[in-house]
Amino acid sequence: MKWDIDDVQKWPWHKHPPGLVNPDTGNSVQFNTGSWRSRRPALDLDKCSQCLVCYIYCPETSIQVQDRKVTGIDYDHCKGCGICAEECPRQAIALEDEAVQAG
Amino acid sequence: MSKTMAIVGTDAIAEAMRQIDPEVVAAYPITPQTAIVEKFSEYVADGLVNTQMVKVESEHSAMSACVGAAAAGGRVMTATSSQGLALMWEILYVASGLRLPIVLVNVNRTLSAPINIHCDHSDSMGARDASWIQIYSENAQEAYHNVLQAVRIAEHPEVRLPVMVNLDGFIISHAVDRIDILDDAPVREFIGEYSPAYPLLDVANPVSVGMFDGLYGYFFEAKRAQEASMEKAMYVIQQVGEEFGQRFGRPYGLWEEYGLEDARACVVALNSACGTIRTVIEAMRQEGKKIGLLKLRVFRPWPGQELVRVLQHFPVVAVFDRALAFKGGHGGPLYTEVAASLYEAEKRPLLANYVYGLGGRDLSVSMVRQALEEIWQAAEAGRVASRVNYLGLRE
Repeated sequence: MKWDIDDVQKWPWHKHPPGLVNPDTGNSVQFNTGSWRSRRPALDLDKCSQCLVCYIYCPETSIQVQDRKVTGIDYDHCKGCGICAEECPRQAIALEDEAVQAG
Repeated sequence: MSKTMAIVGTDAIAEAMRQIDPEVVAAYPITPQTAIVEKFSEYVADGLVNTQMVKVESEHSAMSACVGAAAAGGRVMTATSSQGLALMWEILYVASGLRLPIVLVNVNRTLSAPINIHCDHSDSMGARDASWIQIYSENAQEAYHNVLQAVRIAEHPEVRLPVMVNLDGFIISHAVDRIDILDDAPVREFIGEYSPAYPLLDVANPVSVGMFDGLYGYFFEAKRAQEASMEKAMYVIQQVGEEFGQRFGRPYGLWEEYGLEDARACVVALNSACGTIRTVIEAMRQEGKKIGLLKLRVFRPWPGQELVRVLQHFPVVAVFDRALAFKGGHGGPLYTEVAASLYEAEKRPLLANYVYGLGGRDLSVSMVRQALEEIWQAAEAGRVASRVNYLGLRE
C-alpha cells in the first residue's frame, strides 16, 4: 500500500494508522539520518585497495559502490559511527570533525 | 447448549482457551496461574487445539513473544499472576501502544515483599495505567465468560487494545465450583474469525511495526488515539456483553447491581469479595437495613460518568479495596477513582473506604458485617466516622 505522507507532520491524531503502523515500504531513504553525524568519514581513494570491507561492515549501507568499486559515501544516511574507518586495512578512511567540516 | 462441570477456576479458564483455540500462547508458570497453562499445554499435547505453545524463560519473554505473534497477525493469549505481571511491565505498554489485541488472564496475587503467594489486587491495580482493558470476575463462571468476551472486545476494529481478565487467586482459581461450559460450536461462532488490520505475515502488503517515533514526533498523537479507543471500548464491552446474553442467556454490562433500587448506602467492590458482601447485605436487608451492592466488572476503561449517575443518589458510598495505593492514608486505588469521579456529581455522597484482604487475609462474613453496620450507621447519622478503614487488620 502506498500512502501520501507529504503533510504527515500536520496530521491530526486520528489520521495515523493504529499503533503508528507504517503501511508503506521503501521510505526509510526519506529519513535523513546523516544529520545525526558528529564525525564524518573521509575516503581517500588513492589508499583504497577496493577490498570492500567497509561496504560489508557499514550498518547503514552508506558505502556507495558502482561496478564492484567503492566510489564514495552516502552522507545523507551515514551516521558517522566510524566502523568503516576502524575496519579499513589500508587506513583509507579517516574520521573528521563534522563541526570543522561545516566551518 | 452447555454441560455442567465441577472444576476449579483455572480449569474453567483452560476450557475457554481450548474453545478460543488461539494461534499462539506464550506463557511462563507462576502460582496461582500455573494450573491454567499446565492444563492448556495438555490440550496442545493431545492435539485438541492448533495452538503454537511458546515455552519461554520469563514473563518478560512471554509478553514479548505475544507481541511478536500478535503483530504477525495471530490471535494470541497468555496468563500470569503477581510477579509475572510485574515482569511483563514494559512489554504491557508495547502491546497496548502497538494496538495488539492480546488477551491475558491474570489470576490476582499480591506483589512481594514480604513474599506472599495469596490474593490481592496489587498486581492488576499497578498496571491500571498501561492502556489495557481490565475486566474483573466474581467467580469462575464469570471468569470463563469474560475470557470469551475479551477476545471480541480486544479485536473489535474500534478498540484494538489488549484485555486483562482478572480473577482472585486461590479463592477462585483453586476452588472447585459448579461451572456451565458452553458447547464449542456456538462459542466459536460467537468469537468468530479474527481479521488483523496490518498483519506482518501478509507479505503481499508489507508494513513496518514498532518504528522509532523519530524526530518528527507522533507519540503524543498515538497516545491520544489510544485514549479514544479506550473510550470506544466502554460501548463495545456493553455491546459484546449484550450479544453474549442474547446468545447464551447471561448478559454482561459494566457492573452488576444488587438491591440498589431502595438502598440508602451502596458498596462498590471487585471480584470474589462481592459474594461475601452480597450474603451480608441479604441478611441486613431482612432486618430493614437497606444496603446495595455495585459489583464493578469493568475497571479500565473507567466508567466514571456512568457510575456518577448511579452513585450520586446514595447518602453513603463505601468502596472496598483489595490493594493500597500508598498515597499516605488516602485509601486504595478503587476508592480514589470513585472519589475522583464523584467530584463531578451534583449531589456528592459521603464516602468510606475499606481496605481488606491484603496478601490473602481472609474476608469473613463477620468482618463485612462490621463494615456494613458502620456504613448503615453513617447513613443514619449523615456522617462517616472514619474515612479509610482496614478490615481484618490486627490493630
